[in-house]
Amino acid sequence: MEKQNKLCFQNGIKDGIPIALGYLSVSFTFGMSATAMGIPLEAAVVISLTNLTSAGQFAALELIAAFSSYTEMLFTQLLINMRYALMSLSLSQRLEKNTSTGKRMLMSYGITDEIFATASTKDQPITCSYFCGLMLLPICGWTFGTWMGGAAAVLLPVDVRDSMGIAIYGMFLAIFIPPAKRSSAILNVVLFAAILSCVLDSISAYLPVSSGFALILCTLLAAAYGAWRFPIHKENIK
Amino acid sequence: MSAYIPYMIIMAATTYLIRMLPITCFQKEIKNTWIQSFLYYVPYAVLGAMTFPAIFTSTGSLLPSLTAAFLACILSYKEKSLLVVAGSACICAYLTNLLLMLI
Repeated sequence: MEKQNKLCFQNGIKDGIPIALGYLSVSFTFGMSATAMGIPLEAAVVISLTNLTSAGQFAALELIAAFSSYTEMLFTQLLINMRYALMSLSLSQRLEKNTSTGKRMLMSYGITDEIFATASTKDQPITCSYFCGLMLLPICGWTFGTWMGGAAAVLLPVDVRDSMGIAIYGMFLAIFIPPAKRSSAILNVVLFAAILSCVLDSISAYLPVSSGFALILCTLLAAAYGAWRFPIHKENIK
Repeated sequence: MSAYIPYMIIMAATTYLIRMLPITCFQKEIKNTWIQSFLYYVPYAVLGAMTFPAIFTSTGSLLPSLTAAFLACILSYKEKSLLVVAGSACICAYLTNLLLMLI
């Protein structure tokens, strides 16, 4: 028996199951929200398949619904998804030696918070086949969940759909309140961003800052504030 | 549908390039603490700014949004799952709206 077996495709598939289940429910909310905002179901499904990210897609919904400029879309996506650059960078250190550029380009499509975290906690070097196995089911779950959520929303009456408008924000609260409870640094960053966002919104009648650029401004300033006041050392970042 | 296609292309291309370029181009890790910290806080900053003040008008009227947001905060604080928090907020907003119409 070999001692340290190389990570194979089947290992990846197995590790991907819980991620896929989690994605199914979150993307269901995405599909519902997209349809509630008047975005066609097929567009929502293609967005999920080609983007495979939650925060970026939810932010894009608001920009698309408001028919914001393409520049705003570009910068919003750039900023929200910037964390993937860090993960991608970190992953590049963990790959099996001699992983070709083509394989790297294939694997990079599947870098999400959860997939990255699962792969990078492995002891062995990450192989392309393991990573592809790992991302396969989450991709299916994310895309299929979007379709189900969107299809379900179309069948619902208007007042029910109105009530569903809060689903995204409820989900956001559920994402950031638990870590903010444990880390006063995160709490401070969230509050900084939230307050600044409210201020920009309330003066938007006098100072025409579009919602997309307001989001970028809030994010840059709040994250910079966090980095300045509560610098984090690499070991603490998961 | 065609109005959405440019947005979809921009989103997909930007998101992919962000993921693809570092892993293919760079071999060295970021050592700078400030940049690491900045990237670490980005998702939280985005979430805070996206949630407020938008949550207060998310159901089309103020009072149902406020009660549902309050409930969602409590449930999130108790670390309920994403679906439970989102679902409860929707039901709360719907019921508050129904109640307001009856009064």
